[in-house]
Amino acid sequence: MAVAATECFHCSEPLAGRTVVHARVRGEDVPVCCPGCRAAAELIEQLGLADYYRFRTAPGTRPAESADQWAAYADPRVAESLTRRETDGRAAVVLIDGLTCAACNWLITRALLQTSGVLRASVNAATGRALVVWDDARTDLARILAAIAALGYRPHVVTGGGVEDLARRERRGHLKRLGVAGLGMMQVMTFAVSLYAGDAGGMDHTIRAFLRIVSMLVATPVLFYSGWPFLQGAYRALAARGLTMDVPVAIALLLAYSASVWDTLHQSGAVYFDSVVMFVFFLSVARYVEMAARHRSTGISDALGRLLPATAHRLRAYADGERVEDVAVARIEVGDLLLVRAGEIVPADGKAQGGSARIDESMLTGESAPITREAGEAIAAGTLNLDSPLRLRVEAVGADTTIAAMVALLTRAQAERPRFMRAADALAGRFLSAVLGGAALVAVLWLYLDPARAFPATLAVLVAACPCALSLATLVVVATANTALARRGVLVARADAIEALAKVSRIVFDKTGTLTDGRIEVVGFSPTSRGDERRAMQIAAALEAASEHPIARAFVRGGGAVAVAADVRYAAGQGVEGTVDGERYRIGHRAFVRGTAEVGEAPRDQAILLGDRHGVLGAFELAESPRAESRAVVAELRAAGYGVEIASGDSAAAVRRLAEQCGIERYGSRQTAADKLERVRALGAQGEFVAMVGDGINDAPVLGGAGVSIAMGRGSALAQASADLILVGDSLAALPEALRVARRAQAIVRQNIVWAVFYNLAAMPVAAMGWVPPWLAAVGMSSSSILVVLNSLRVARPGRGH
Amino acid sequence: MGIILVLIPISLVLIGFACWAFFWAVGSGQFEDLDAQAWDILAEDEPAVDFERPTRGGRRC
Repeated sequence: MAVAATECFHCSEPLAGRTVVHARVRGEDVPVCCPGCRAAAELIEQLGLADYYRFRTAPGTRPAESADQWAAYADPRVAESLTRRETDGRAAVVLIDGLTCAACNWLITRALLQTSGVLRASVNAATGRALVVWDDARTDLARILAAIAALGYRPHVVTGGGVEDLARRERRGHLKRLGVAGLGMMQVMTFAVSLYAGDAGGMDHTIRAFLRIVSMLVATPVLFYSGWPFLQGAYRALAARGLTMDVPVAIALLLAYSASVWDTLHQSGAVYFDSVVMFVFFLSVARYVEMAARHRSTGISDALGRLLPATAHRLRAYADGERVEDVAVARIEVGDLLLVRAGEIVPADGKAQGGSARIDESMLTGESAPITREAGEAIAAGTLNLDSPLRLRVEAVGADTTIAAMVALLTRAQAERPRFMRAADALAGRFLSAVLGGAALVAVLWLYLDPARAFPATLAVLVAACPCALSLATLVVVATANTALARRGVLVARADAIEALAKVSRIVFDKTGTLTDGRIEVVGFSPTSRGDERRAMQIAAALEAASEHPIARAFVRGGGAVAVAADVRYAAGQGVEGTVDGERYRIGHRAFVRGTAEVGEAPRDQAILLGDRHGVLGAFELAESPRAESRAVVAELRAAGYGVEIASGDSAAAVRRLAEQCGIERYGSRQTAADKLERVRALGAQGEFVAMVGDGINDAPVLGGAGVSIAMGRGSALAQASADLILVGDSLAALPEALRVARRAQAIVRQNIVWAVFYNLAAMPVAAMGWVPPWLAAVGMSSSSILVVLNSLRVARPGRGH
Repeated sequence: MGIILVLIPISLVLIGFACWAFFWAVGSGQFEDLDAQAWDILAEDEPAVDFERPTRGGRRC
């Protein structure tokens, strides 16, 4: 297990400039970046699960610092509302953030099962949820959450356990129906082949009757168990005087089935049990694929829960002074006084009390620079308190918060979005209506000409028109494309995403976290007369070496570990002071670093100054660094003919800089979520089909409103919930290839549909004339379907450019 | 050809059994997580350790 000593063994964070900590794994000392990672690595080793490090394909997540935050869940009243009673214990559904590869599933499942008191545990990778059942007497929810957190993941208890139950029942029901249809189809097909061979080469009458009866026995449960949803759907549609795709499907199924039963019992005509079961099977497959895609996109309500912390610290006044108690966020009330420690997410909307605080609002506004909020100013839930403890008087909780309004905006945008699936459904419905009309016409004509041949001819039309190839045409292509994209690190979350992706003409990128990787880097240094850039960077790196603050990490990456600082002192919200090579230095805000003026006009919040006893040495200019692949991806997209632009909530200067770096000409800055949505709609009105790529909570409504939306793998849960596609690998590099696959898929779908329609149209008149014997119809139908499937598999072939 | 009058009913019984087994597998949650179990076979067998208890400690001596 060769790990370059430059990065953390557990989370792969660069180690440059950190005090290196070692963890013992498999009898070796391996370097890790922080005590949290050491604890996680050693815990995994202790549990005998160190194989995780050999099998994983993506780095782990760094564990959160405070371990006692789960204590509030030990409260039985809290646990009662979040869990439910099972026959042998208590169960909870836990949403897990930080699942990066399949080895994570394995690790969590095994670790939970080794926790004493846990009876059952399973992790569903597709939905990112774990179902845990435990013995109430031996452990509690708090300990289970702490166990998951100790491994480096972030657990969130899902309150809507009932929804999860419903989804599981639906999944299992579909799976059973699919299994029965598949097994039944294989059986009936073998009998059908014998019967067709018998028709061609002569067959004993007893055997023929026997095979027919057996076919009927197998086809009956397939139709009435596996096909029940279609029959039910058709009945409901007719009862509501509507016409859905289920109606012609159900009529064709019932007609073919009852005619076959009649022929079987009277030993006359021909049977079509094979067509019935095959049709039911393919329709079941289609339904299953659709359901799986639907379940994969996690619920928005869950996403909202993930944005806010699980617990909060409430300040209670007692006779002998104030005391801090940890409570679950759901139990906070308006008027409560909360304590938000440095580095914690604000759990509710409120007003700052007492002193000021520096707040990172980037998840809400996209603005990367922290904002200073004075006492009495409003602070929104979901924002991050950067560096000093904050006292917050709660003004709004839960559904009344700003962030909940954002979720509402998203829900509305999604509802207003054009749905392609419906259009495709309508087309197939029209086709089937035409088929039914044609069949009825044929029946009437034959009844008039020769009543004895009316029924076989009508059925032949229905079988020849059986849109098996047509229904396979898109289905197999979409399934193959989904698999091909998954292999390239793109998760398709909605059934119609591929179709939409193929239509894209313009791509709008968010800035922070999408074109940039969210990391801050030092881009410049304006020295005073006494300053020297290289030396200043080294001093800054030494002073900031031990800090976890994102800005501090920027200095550490920039300056390396040349100098070492002693006697380091932190001033919350101000800066850091320390001794390097015998000289006392300060780094931080203007007011903190002695002496002012002299240096440039960097934006107020971004200016980080370095100074010593005699005055300022210079000012650092900070900016977000673009992703390594951003420029190449943009160039590739433009070469392929896509329009590219940036929509950002950040300042014009920051956006312009990044646009130049990435080679993008059009960009918008200082845009709110509503502005971005407006821009996307305006583009839509101009006839452009827009793909939106984003990662933040502020992007979620835009993602919901765009023609097709793509979220980054490390982006916020809300963004992912509203996205059609998720770039799992958290890299833009997969995007051009995804677009190519989608376009190829679209072309192949078109070929398939042309072929299927051509075949059906050609076969129908012949069948209507009564010239097609059943075996020929079946051979034709099967080979047509096989042709379509083989053609569809071409989607997965590695791309050869465009 | 008479033999198929015997063989086919037997195959039907087997199909019934296969359906029952499949239902049982679905019902007992075997299709819920298709990933984690696959990793189990790659892991080296080690006796399970209680999560709450510290490990057996160093084995180097």
